[in-house]
Amino acid sequence: MAAVVSPTSLESAPRIMRLVAECSRSRARAGELRLPHGPVATPVFMPVGTQATMKGITAEQLDALGCRICLGNTYHLGLRPGPELIQKARGLHGFMNWPHNLLTDSGGFQMVSLVSLSEVTEEGVRFRSPYDGDETLLSPERSVEIQNALGSDIIMQLDDVVSSTVTGPRVEEAMYRSIRWLDRCIAAHQRPDKQNLFAIIQGGLDADLRATCLEEMTKRDVPGFAIGGLSGGESKGQFWRMVALSTSRLPKDKPRYLMGVGYATDLVVCVALGCDMFDCVFPTRTARFGSALVPTGNLQLKKKQYEKDFRPIDPECACPTCQKHSRAFLHTLLHSDNTAALHHLTVHNIAYQLRLMSAVRASIVEKRFPDFVRDFMGTMYGDPTLCPSWATEALASVGITLG
Amino acid sequence: MKLSLTKVVNGCRLGKIKNLGKTGDCTMDIPGCLLYTKTGSAPHLTHHTLHKIHGVPAMAQLTLSSLAEHHEVLAEYKEGVGKFIGMPESLLYCSLHDPVSPCPAGYVTNKSVSVWGVGGRVEMTASKFMAIQQVLQPDWFQCLSDGEATCDEATSIKRARKSVDRSLLFLDNCLKLQEESEVLQKSVIIGVIEGGDVMEERLRSARETAKRPVGGFLLDGFQGTATTLETRLHLLSSVTAELPEHKPRLICGVSQPDEVLECIERGVDLFESFFPYLATERGCALTFSFDYQPIPEETLLQQNGTEEEVKYVDQTKSKTTSCNQEITSFEINLKEKKYQEDFDPLVRECPCYCCKNHTRAYIHHLLVTNELLAGVLLMMHNFEHYFGFFQAIREALKSDRLAQLKELIHRQAS
Repeated sequence: MAAVVSPTSLESAPRIMRLVAECSRSRARAGELRLPHGPVATPVFMPVGTQATMKGITAEQLDALGCRICLGNTYHLGLRPGPELIQKARGLHGFMNWPHNLLTDSGGFQMVSLVSLSEVTEEGVRFRSPYDGDETLLSPERSVEIQNALGSDIIMQLDDVVSSTVTGPRVEEAMYRSIRWLDRCIAAHQRPDKQNLFAIIQGGLDADLRATCLEEMTKRDVPGFAIGGLSGGESKGQFWRMVALSTSRLPKDKPRYLMGVGYATDLVVCVALGCDMFDCVFPTRTARFGSALVPTGNLQLKKKQYEKDFRPIDPECACPTCQKHSRAFLHTLLHSDNTAALHHLTVHNIAYQLRLMSAVRASIVEKRFPDFVRDFMGTMYGDPTLCPSWATEALASVGITLG
Repeated sequence: MKLSLTKVVNGCRLGKIKNLGKTGDCTMDIPGCLLYTKTGSAPHLTHHTLHKIHGVPAMAQLTLSSLAEHHEVLAEYKEGVGKFIGMPESLLYCSLHDPVSPCPAGYVTNKSVSVWGVGGRVEMTASKFMAIQQVLQPDWFQCLSDGEATCDEATSIKRARKSVDRSLLFLDNCLKLQEESEVLQKSVIIGVIEGGDVMEERLRSARETAKRPVGGFLLDGFQGTATTLETRLHLLSSVTAELPEHKPRLICGVSQPDEVLECIERGVDLFESFFPYLATERGCALTFSFDYQPIPEETLLQQNGTEEEVKYVDQTKSKTTSCNQEITSFEINLKEKKYQEDFDPLVRECPCYCCKNHTRAYIHHLLVTNELLAGVLLMMHNFEHYFGFFQAIREALKSDRLAQLKELIHRQAS
């Protein structure tokens, strides 16, 4: 598949992304985001701290792990504790005392994840609160208003999100509506100098709809673009094709944020396809279920086989958990009611993700990304040729062959 | 190890225990407390967050109830529980039970004592008990003992006598087994004083236990509600009067600030620190003042909020342990709506990580949304506050101001 030349942006808006290196084979890029709360090296994985907390780890621990940007969620924070309180607390940064960057999702995804509690109209999304039964209307204006109060460095447009397993006219409706909502968000945004509003490309798994959305949204002068509506129940074959289509039509000089992707293999492939930013609850959530991420997959530490395994989770890992503790101790602790067990794994899994991204970035900068990919797949699957076929195809499409 | 007393004031002992640990160069201050742990880890805290706390005691308390069932793993590990849990530098004391979750009564026999782990009951004869201690390799451990004399409302003399007899028998058996093991000789056995509420038996237990070559004494059976402790205080004085001066006295099940002071006045040196943990679990932050220097009124008002706040602690409610599950007057309940917009730290001028970085409003939010970080931050504050309290006790003793501290604490106890 020949690479489509990406359009360069015609607008005069300042660019928040500086490209440092590009892979000469694939679409992988290494860069640096210039954000109000400091620079962020890309490609970057952003851990998700939904309710103004990175689950059981402190802001200081997260900082010590090298994290420079993480997520908060508008839907949740809009309900509890609410934007007025957060504003009084000097924004989300002040409220949770996080000195680095924050990205807030608009609440759009909750339309899918909490679909039984929501109803979508042109006006916005009407949610019924699970806490007190109250109804709230999350409109593009309201979402931006809340995010303005939160003060996050990157804010997301409210998009009309449909599950990727949905087909038919609803997908098209959602795509066009997302464009209209993007314009409403841009108009409502009170702080474009302090907060970067990203657009979110929709269109489901339909190439034509995606292409239309790309064409329209890239006409808008936004500092960055997200690829949304994927990372749901769709097949991986469809998934990668939509990602590749999107990156081929997104401007090179603006960041590409692929939402909801966090599995190691997916991260590596999607970097090859030209994505710069990722978020996912997976690493932190799976930690709380006792699963530790390693280069060969994951260790279900609650299982009996780790009872007497006195090695650290990963001998190559420099995180505090691996420096101090064995799988056997973590196994024991996981079977107790001491929450410290979960925190040890959360720390490790975040360290794993950040280290992976760091390694990816270094390989791009050092012009050996394709080799890195082959090594990665070899470690993960035993042999690069044993990598899942969708990944093989996706990599081949951008010039990286395995085995 | 060597206990040196700096001074004894009104029954309170101020001093140091030196030459502790494998390398023999660790020191502990008395009066003091032990770091409370669950399954070998401070509750909610990783090494990183634990070490952000100032004044962490040199000795941590491990519970056999959480570790006994893992003895096979530890046997294979070979290097001792301290290293296994990632605390190789800490002094370790292994108690039988967890003061927070007392086990069901009725399982002590003439030959064995049981503890309850996640996997169920672990029954231990003296030899099994010592075999477990051999793989744990703690610095100190509570000897196998019969602590059930005070389990029922009214202690019978017969039951009290049995608790003393059994405990002495266990002690002699364990001492014998210790003689036969080089590894076990590196650990110090803490003799357990039993006898229920029967003065005669308590005195007998103290005198007989003191005859044995134990490293220190654990005063068992004084836990309960605040009222039951009150009735036992004179028993406590009588017991400690029988014990040698130069060996440390630990007490289990007593951790509340006012009760701690009562016990220190009756010759107790070391306490468990589960009170800050209990406060954490109920979403509370310790805010009681231990600043006994002048201008106490102002401080009190600041810490505990408005003047109309009076907390009546229902002392008669909880039955089994003095681990009062009710909110005490030493703490504030961060779940209360009034903290929603309170941007002050938990305790003004508290140097802990939580107070230096976060607000009451934030903790309130974390509690309301059921976030794990609430437990982490509260535990960090509560431990630091509690350890600060013990530091204040030592300083008050040093400068002969314990009466002031006691009065301050007493005022806040109701």
